[in-house]
Amino acid sequence: MRIVLVMSIGHTLLGLLESGPCHGYDLKRSFDERFGRDRALAYGQVYSTMSRLLKNGLVEIDGLESGGGPERKRYAITDAGVTDVEQWLGRPETPEPYLQSTLYTKVVLALLTGRDAADILDTQRAEHLTMMRELTRRKIDGDLGDRLICDHALFHLEADLRWLELTAARLGELTLEIRK
Amino acid sequence: MTDSLLSGHDLHKTYGSTPALAGAEFTIRSGEVVAIMGPSGSGKSTLLHCLAGIVRPDSGTIRYDGRDLTAMSDGGRSALRRSDFGFVFQFGQLVPELTCLENVALPLRLNAVKRKEAEARGLEWMERLEVADLARKRPGEISGGQGQRIAVARALVIRPRVVFADEPTGALDSLNGERVMQLLIGAARSTDAAIVLVTHEARIAAYSDREIVVRDGRSRDMARAA
Amino acid sequence: MNVLRDLRMGAGFAVTGGREGWIRTLLTAIGVGLGVALLLLTTAIPGALSARDERGRDRNEQRGQAAQAGDHTLLIAHADTTYKGDEIRGRLLRAEAPKAPIPPGLAKIPLPGEMVVSPALADLLDSSRGRLLRERLPYRTVGTIGDKGLIGPDELAFYAGNDTVTTGDRWSSVLRITAFGSPFPADPMDPRLVLLVVVMFVVLLMPVAVLIATAVRFGGERRDRRLAALRLVGADARTTRWIAAGEALAGSLFGLLFGLGFFLIGRQLTGVASAFDLSIFPADLDPSVPLAVLVALAVPFAAVAVTLFALRAVVIEPLGVVRAGTPPRRRVWWRLLLPVAGMVALYPLIRQGSESGQFNRGQVVLGVVLLLLGVTAMLPWLVEAVVARLGAGRVPWQLAVRRLQLGSTSAARAVNGIAVAVAGAIALQMLFLGIENDYTKETGADTTRAQLAVSSDAQVGTEGIARIAGQIRETKGVRSVFGRSGTRIAEPGEDSGPGASLTIGTCDTLRELARIEGCADGDTFIVDPRTSNSVGGMQPAPGKNVVIDPGQGPRTSAAPTPWLIPKAARTVPGRADGSGIAPDGVLATPGAVPAAVTRQLPYSMTVALDPAVPDAIDLARNAMARVDPLAQVYTLNETRESRRFANVRTALFIGSTVVLLMIGASLLVTMLEQLRERRKLLSVLVAFGTRRSTLSWSILYQTAIPVVLGLFLAAGTGVALGAALLGMVQRPFGVDWTGLASMTGIGAGVVLLVTALSLPPLWRMMRPDGLRTE
Ligand SMILES: Nc1ncnc2c1ncn2[C@@H]1O[C@H](COP(=O)(O)OP(=O)(O)OP(=O)(O)O)[C@@H](O)[C@H]1O
Ligand SMILES: [Mg+2]
Repeated sequence: MRIVLVMSIGHTLLGLLESGPCHGYDLKRSFDERFGRDRALAYGQVYSTMSRLLKNGLVEIDGLESGGGPERKRYAITDAGVTDVEQWLGRPETPEPYLQSTLYTKVVLALLTGRDAADILDTQRAEHLTMMRELTRRKIDGDLGDRLICDHALFHLEADLRWLELTAARLGELTLEIRK
Repeated sequence: MTDSLLSGHDLHKTYGSTPALAGAEFTIRSGEVVAIMGPSGSGKSTLLHCLAGIVRPDSGTIRYDGRDLTAMSDGGRSALRRSDFGFVFQFGQLVPELTCLENVALPLRLNAVKRKEAEARGLEWMERLEVADLARKRPGEISGGQGQRIAVARALVIRPRVVFADEPTGALDSLNGERVMQLLIGAARSTDAAIVLVTHEARIAAYSDREIVVRDGRSRDMARAA
Repeated sequence: MNVLRDLRMGAGFAVTGGREGWIRTLLTAIGVGLGVALLLLTTAIPGALSARDERGRDRNEQRGQAAQAGDHTLLIAHADTTYKGDEIRGRLLRAEAPKAPIPPGLAKIPLPGEMVVSPALADLLDSSRGRLLRERLPYRTVGTIGDKGLIGPDELAFYAGNDTVTTGDRWSSVLRITAFGSPFPADPMDPRLVLLVVVMFVVLLMPVAVLIATAVRFGGERRDRRLAALRLVGADARTTRWIAAGEALAGSLFGLLFGLGFFLIGRQLTGVASAFDLSIFPADLDPSVPLAVLVALAVPFAAVAVTLFALRAVVIEPLGVVRAGTPPRRRVWWRLLLPVAGMVALYPLIRQGSESGQFNRGQVVLGVVLLLLGVTAMLPWLVEAVVARLGAGRVPWQLAVRRLQLGSTSAARAVNGIAVAVAGAIALQMLFLGIENDYTKETGADTTRAQLAVSSDAQVGTEGIARIAGQIRETKGVRSVFGRSGTRIAEPGEDSGPGASLTIGTCDTLRELARIEGCADGDTFIVDPRTSNSVGGMQPAPGKNVVIDPGQGPRTSAAPTPWLIPKAARTVPGRADGSGIAPDGVLATPGAVPAAVTRQLPYSMTVALDPAVPDAIDLARNAMARVDPLAQVYTLNETRESRRFANVRTALFIGSTVVLLMIGASLLVTMLEQLRERRKLLSVLVAFGTRRSTLSWSILYQTAIPVVLGLFLAAGTGVALGAALLGMVQRPFGVDWTGLASMTGIGAGVVLLVTALSLPPLWRMMRPDGLRTE
């Protein structure tokens, strides 16, 4: 889970910035509010991520408040940053266990930034099914061992897919919740 | 799709005030297996019924093998279903008073094939679906999984060019469900039949080549979504 | 205790089972109700007939005749007539004193020139159809006859006041009475007619019983499934049976109420029955209380018994009904026992019933009931046995046969009623045919020579006859009239012994009665005995001394007159006149007999009409009523059917048609229920491209196979029963093929009707809606 989070934290923060420039401290707060259910984000991680994004030109400093600690910096997203978020959201995740957190994050961000969340889910769904087809093919041709292994993966993927379906069905509800 | 066998374009169908289809699209080629997925009540079955010529859509066109299905008479569509289409439903589809073999032979007999020959061909298909030993039993005396295989045999016995399957595994456990799917797909592939497969289960949909999702009467082709 | 609780629970299901449950209870109630109504009607008919009979006897004038006019005597004369085929009862009344008896239904004796009429006659007189009748009854209508004085609501009758009738010589048919009423006990019915009526009741009531038994099982298949569900949650077999019985009980109780309603409505419709000469007052249709109570108790009891009995086979297993397997084979031996026992009961009666002999009714009823019950017991077995052997032919045939193989019970049950009704009706038709000749007499009338016959007690003499004949002859539409008078001649002496007849008429008239070459007034002829059909009697001869003895005719005080048969009398071959009467004895012209004698004799006439003149019959009758209102005028027919016999026959026909239609209704209900249960399957078959016609044919076969088998069995049983009944009345065996054909035809018609009525719902159900999973 950690890994997943680390992998997507940069994009998540970028996405949050997309709705308007804000301070590092506020960024952490809104991240925690929406995604930090299990564990709050450490300040250190926010700053290290932000400085990486700065270095890559995806964000820029929008202004400094007097008294000037790092938490007083105000960040804004650059055009390159927006494109990066866009690409990330549109790219299906490699189907694998515990994917929900990332997908959830993506969906919420899509809703926050007014993008089509259903599209994200459908894309993911297609990706999942493609993989399931591949596994099914392997299963039909393979020996019992292959079959068992493939079935294990298939059942997990199916569970994901169900989650995708459920989420798709609840997008309306979720939108209301997030926008409130 | 240049060589599509069966296609529906801009299909609309309303029951009373309930819109069941609102501009659905569909296309399938020979030998292709297409899964139709989507939430309950989204219009999957309605789409399947329209494509099979069982229900006439309010508007839109359905083309099968160069013919306009929506322009055909009820009798013409029935004849087409008898000769070119096969059907598998979720349950309750076998005629309870006929033996399993007679059930399988029924579509052939509706096509005026002699009883002896119809039953011989029916028995072949029952063998392929590994249920030949049930030939003399009645549907009331066999299990749900066995019944579904009989139904598959019955759908394939006329060597249809399109098989319509509406939740064929809905009432079966995963093992039996997949077994039925494998037999259905295997048999259909061997005769180059196309399969329109409505299902809720991803693992069953995974047997398809392509899937479309129906939501609120509108279809979405997932091949293009990806 | 537990049984009561279970029954109550079942009754609860009957009324709280949702819409489905309600419909089923309603169907049961209607079916039972129709049966109950029919039962009440049949139990009321004997009472109605005897009430009718009683009123008929109360207004009879045979009792209380008086010889002398007194202070409470009434003169009454018959003035019956027939108008356009309808018989009209007419009486002329002349009170001889203020205290004269008043006929039932009248407030007072009408004054001369006035009449009191029955409501039906009043309507007829008011209608344009009654135009000619108004001429015949030239009286002023001053009131209507009350129900008390009529035997049925549609009876045509009148009482007219009169001040000319006397009991004198001229009006010898006039009676002087002091009271109304009949001195004779009611006619006992001919035992053969009694046999007919008894069998008829059994034959009509048996299908009703079968119908009730079927009705309480309406919706049985669905019910069985619900009971199976009860078993699943732990009810034992006994409990479920009683619950089912409770349901049937509730249905049958509703049925009783419905039946009462149907009956009350139905008895207002007795006008329907009057179309068949059975006019009955609604109030007369009063079921006897003990019989009604018996019906009220027997029907619910039968409902419970039938259900318990029927469920004995459907062992309601928790899953047994859910999965239709192949049911166990029926056994035949006990089913055969019933008809055999029936035959054993009837056999000793064969050759016993002579014309006068009485039958042991109990034994007849038992035998017939057992035989017919045998049909209901045999049919399910027969259907099953035959259907099991039927090969699979075309698809519709295969569907129907397989369906019946899987469960033919409900089909056989519904057909049972038809089979019983047809078997009984065929047997009765045979019996009818066998004894028909006894009741339909060849009258011998030659309707090409004469269409009306007149006979009157008026003693008008030769000139009178000539005058009346002349007046009638002048009437429009009359071609010829031959009038004559007749009496008897015998050996002179105290004990005159057998006699011969003497017919007096003009030469023209006598030529109608014999082949006569030359004739002049004063001639006498003797009918060649070889050409007359009278046997024994006196043989007249020319020059023989005899007495003319009018005393043998209607009441006169005339003494015998000696007469010498003229020596010149020639023997001539006789021939029957237009009314079919062949003469015997002596034919004389008026000049050959003393005029004093001819003035004492009643007369008769035959009238030939011109068929081209419309209403010629009624014009002639009107003329006759003018000149001799008390003369009786008959329309000549080649055959005459006993009235009672005709009534019995029409009643049978109506009864069996009604029963067959009711059974058709129950067949239809069974079929519709089956279709409704198979909705989904029908849709699947449609998806496969099954033609409408395929399924329609399969429905036809499915109904027709049991019905055809039922009709076969019915024909066999019916012929056997008919043979036994014919044996009982000692008539040769003969099958009434038209009866058989018409009854089986009605049965087949019912099949077609049921199929035809099932098709629209079938087609409606063949729509794809059924494909949706429930
Ligand atoms: N015959 C009908 N009469 C009325 N409404 C109908 C009829 N058939 C379908 N509908 C309605 O049309 C809509 C689509 O129904 P359809 O059966 O196609 O859904 P589905 O996707 O197959 O659902 P499920 O997955 O539950 O089978 C539903 O709202 C349904 O209530
Ligand atoms: Mg569906």
